[in-house]
Amino acid sequence: MNERTFFPFHGGVHPPEHKNLSSGAPIQRAPLPSRLVVPLLQSIGNRARLLVNVGDKVLKGQCIGVPDGAISVGAHAPTSGVVTAIGPATLAHPSGLTEIAVTIVPDGEDRWIERQAFDWRNANIRAVRDYLRDMGVVGLGGAIFPSHLKITDKGKVHTLIVNGAECEPYITCDDRLMREQAAGILTGAGIVRELMGAERVLIGIEDNKPEAAAAMREAIKTCGFHAEVGVVPTLYPSGAAKQLIKLLTGIEIASGTRSTDHGVQCFNVATLLSIWRAMEFGEPALARAVTLTGHVERPGNYEVLIGTPIDELLPLAGVKPGADGYIYGGPMMGFELPALSVGLSKAGNCVIVRGGDVLPQRPIELPCIRCGNCADACPVELQPMDLYWFARSKRFDKSEDWELFDCIECGACAYVCPSNIRLVDYFRYSKSEIWAEERQNRAAHHARQRHEFRQFREEREKREKAERLAARAAEKHQAAVSSADPADAERAAKIKAAMERAAAKQADAVVEAAAPVAAEAQAALDPEKAERIRAAMEKRAAEKAALEGMSPEEKAAKEAEKQAKIQAAMERAAAKKAEKAAAEAIPEPAPKAEAPALDPEKAERIRVAMQKREEEKARLAAMSPAERAALDAEKAARIAAVKEKAAAMKAAQNENKTE
Amino acid sequence: MKTSPFVAQPMPLQTVMLKVVTALVPGILLAVWAFGIGVLVQIALAVAVALATEAACLKLRGYPVKPFLLDGSAVVTACLLALSIPPLGPWWLAVLGTAVAIGLAKHMYGGLGQNTFNPAMIGFAVLIVSFPAQMSRWAAPLALAQPDLGALAQIAYIFTGHLPLAFDAVASATPLDAVRTGLLQHLTLADIFKAPLFGVAQQWIAAGYLVGGLYLWQQKVIRWRLPLAFLGGLGLTALVFWLVDSEHYASPLFHLFSGGAMLGAFFIITDPVTAPTTPLGQLIFAALAGLLAYLIRTLGGYPDGVAFAVLILNIVGPFIDQYTQPAVFGRKKKGAKA
Repeated sequence: MNERTFFPFHGGVHPPEHKNLSSGAPIQRAPLPSRLVVPLLQSIGNRARLLVNVGDKVLKGQCIGVPDGAISVGAHAPTSGVVTAIGPATLAHPSGLTEIAVTIVPDGEDRWIERQAFDWRNANIRAVRDYLRDMGVVGLGGAIFPSHLKITDKGKVHTLIVNGAECEPYITCDDRLMREQAAGILTGAGIVRELMGAERVLIGIEDNKPEAAAAMREAIKTCGFHAEVGVVPTLYPSGAAKQLIKLLTGIEIASGTRSTDHGVQCFNVATLLSIWRAMEFGEPALARAVTLTGHVERPGNYEVLIGTPIDELLPLAGVKPGADGYIYGGPMMGFELPALSVGLSKAGNCVIVRGGDVLPQRPIELPCIRCGNCADACPVELQPMDLYWFARSKRFDKSEDWELFDCIECGACAYVCPSNIRLVDYFRYSKSEIWAEERQNRAAHHARQRHEFRQFREEREKREKAERLAARAAEKHQAAVSSADPADAERAAKIKAAMERAAAKQADAVVEAAAPVAAEAQAALDPEKAERIRAAMEKRAAEKAALEGMSPEEKAAKEAEKQAKIQAAMERAAAKKAEKAAAEAIPEPAPKAEAPALDPEKAERIRVAMQKREEEKARLAAMSPAERAALDAEKAARIAAVKEKAAAMKAAQNENKTE
Repeated sequence: MKTSPFVAQPMPLQTVMLKVVTALVPGILLAVWAFGIGVLVQIALAVAVALATEAACLKLRGYPVKPFLLDGSAVVTACLLALSIPPLGPWWLAVLGTAVAIGLAKHMYGGLGQNTFNPAMIGFAVLIVSFPAQMSRWAAPLALAQPDLGALAQIAYIFTGHLPLAFDAVASATPLDAVRTGLLQHLTLADIFKAPLFGVAQQWIAAGYLVGGLYLWQQKVIRWRLPLAFLGGLGLTALVFWLVDSEHYASPLFHLFSGGAMLGAFFIITDPVTAPTTPLGQLIFAALAGLLAYLIRTLGGYPDGVAFAVLILNIVGPFIDQYTQPAVFGRKKKGAKA
């Protein structure tokens, strides 16, 4: 059971470990600080929703913020005390941004809320997830990913990987946890194993932690399920989840895909410990193990309450004079703390004091000579020198082609660079530029949509106003007609009929005049086209006539229809143009023009409109002159009927009014 | 600086360049043994001119002079060029060649890391195209010649062009040159190799470069792909010709240890700036360079083909890179992407 075969990943580096500074120091409980600054944002995702007010008394473990949405976890009071302030506080984050945090002044009693074990064996998986979410359990390896989201349904995962690699230099807290609380870690692993129905449990530990591996092996004997310790070579970044999975199982998980798709899930040792504490004792995640090391008198490991200000933590280790920076996390992926007043977050596995010969500033950046050391070191098998080149020349499209977003920012490339180029910075810059561009594109699209809608609305309002005015005018006219004597009405009707006749005649004349002109203008105009034009003109004339007799509602409807038709025609023209262009570009069979250029909805609309028109045309073309005349007569009759109806309605209205 | 990583491995650029120069030492010592002090004079000249040109260019371009001058890249370029020049060539060869290499081939392209072509080889190419007579007049290996030409006499000759009366000919054809000329004249190799002391000195020097190259490989300054593929390309091509007609074409071993083959394999083609960076690309690049070097040195008009082969392949380096991108972690099943 000792030596498993492992599957090395490409690249990797082995920086000086400096772990022996603190690996011998057992984890001690840090004393209660004078205040705790607990941020409501404790995981990736949403911050918790505040539950307390200034002045509230809180107990240890009391929920002070409830999860907000799926990607969010609860926040808890790490000790009993009084809430003295709620407001923005600097985050333990490279940005130095502020976030809402709850400041609690401990009362020194450390009094717990009532705690209750959770019966996870008999609870359904959703309830388990909700429970872990409420208990604020997140990945303590540094990613602070909510753990409840990693508990999959039974049967999806066959292998549970326990991450005890701890590959970053200086950090020893996981090492100490494994040495001191191996049984608890394994119990946690057992819980997760059972919840997910995993068949095997592999514990990955780097070979520079033989004591931890021995302790875990010892604990396996009594843990009640089968587990194996896989000792992997000390090679950064073996503790990155995907690299560890590769090492232990040989499975490579591409960026953007999930390990669970391959039946593997990975949990950090400290996370498993906090899952166990939450399940068995009803304890929320209130504290974590932290390594204090670097340029200090007494490097060591401490169990520290979340929210403990770093400046109250450092005296435990005794900062040596000449400190010139404080690194939060490991030296490969951590960041320099923006302020020492920040409260410890759940990601804070280590604080390294810079100074003396501990992590000296890097010398001046020299040109890249494309030596390729970075490509040799990259655990994701990227070509960092090319990505660097693209970043310098702002060819972000190329960066994406070269899989920039697969970069895990482990820093191995920058570590080996002989020219001291801070490659990871360039990659972060490229990523943020690409993100910014995407945001901008989205914003521009949004603005365009809004602008188009505004134009549409203004147009519509104008039209509606005109229609309202027209309607009012028509009302007046109708009123005048209906109030006049029958003879007058008859005369008016006659006049109207005459006018209509004249209009029809005129329309015919226009058609006759237009046809030769068109024929002259376009010698190639075939009879079919002429016929079509004539038909269209006739239709238009008829429409005009019909319009005159219509009520405002009908008019509006007609108008809308016309608009739609115009639009359809325009679209059709555009499509035709595109088709023509396409046909010109590719002499081969012309592709369906509207398909690629337009979105499917539009294309569908166009198709429908075209079909309708086609049908109408066919119908018209199929008619004999007599039929057409009949149609006209029918139309005229319909118009007359409508008019009568309208007049009757008006009259009735007027009667009502007068009464 | 507030971003990770906060640690850096202790192998800065200067160390890389220093190791390259160190690796040249065995070859240089053997060259001095074979050709005399003239080799060192050429190197000193070239280094001095290189540093001066580099400093001037940096100043003109508004770069901080000191850190860039100290990176050592100019020294490496100068050494490589000086070792390609006839040890008793006139002084202005080294001066002109180095000035061209640093000024034109390096800084006009944007300085260290930006040059498309290997600077030392550009310098060499300019010299051999412009001054073929002076560039191909290699002295007969002095260590093996009788009588010996004194150190002072050598220096005097380099700077003045005058020889003591006792010597009227310091020029001799290099083995490669002799074989190529022999080929043109349809002489057999057996006839050519009748000349005494033929080529031994150059083979020793080549062995010196080989030792230096292995040191660089051991120190992880260079990887195995470029040198091996280059020597493989050259050797295999030579093997084919030799197997077809061993009377006229020299053996692969002769080709590997002649002219600039070893220097090229470990010090020239391994220049990371101008070579492709992908593993497959490096193999293609170097193998083609080896093939081309053989063709030029055997069938072309110049005594050696390494420089031209490298320069020609430099042109396609970025192109090769583009199409040999290796698959990324977890994406291997899709195959290499274009």
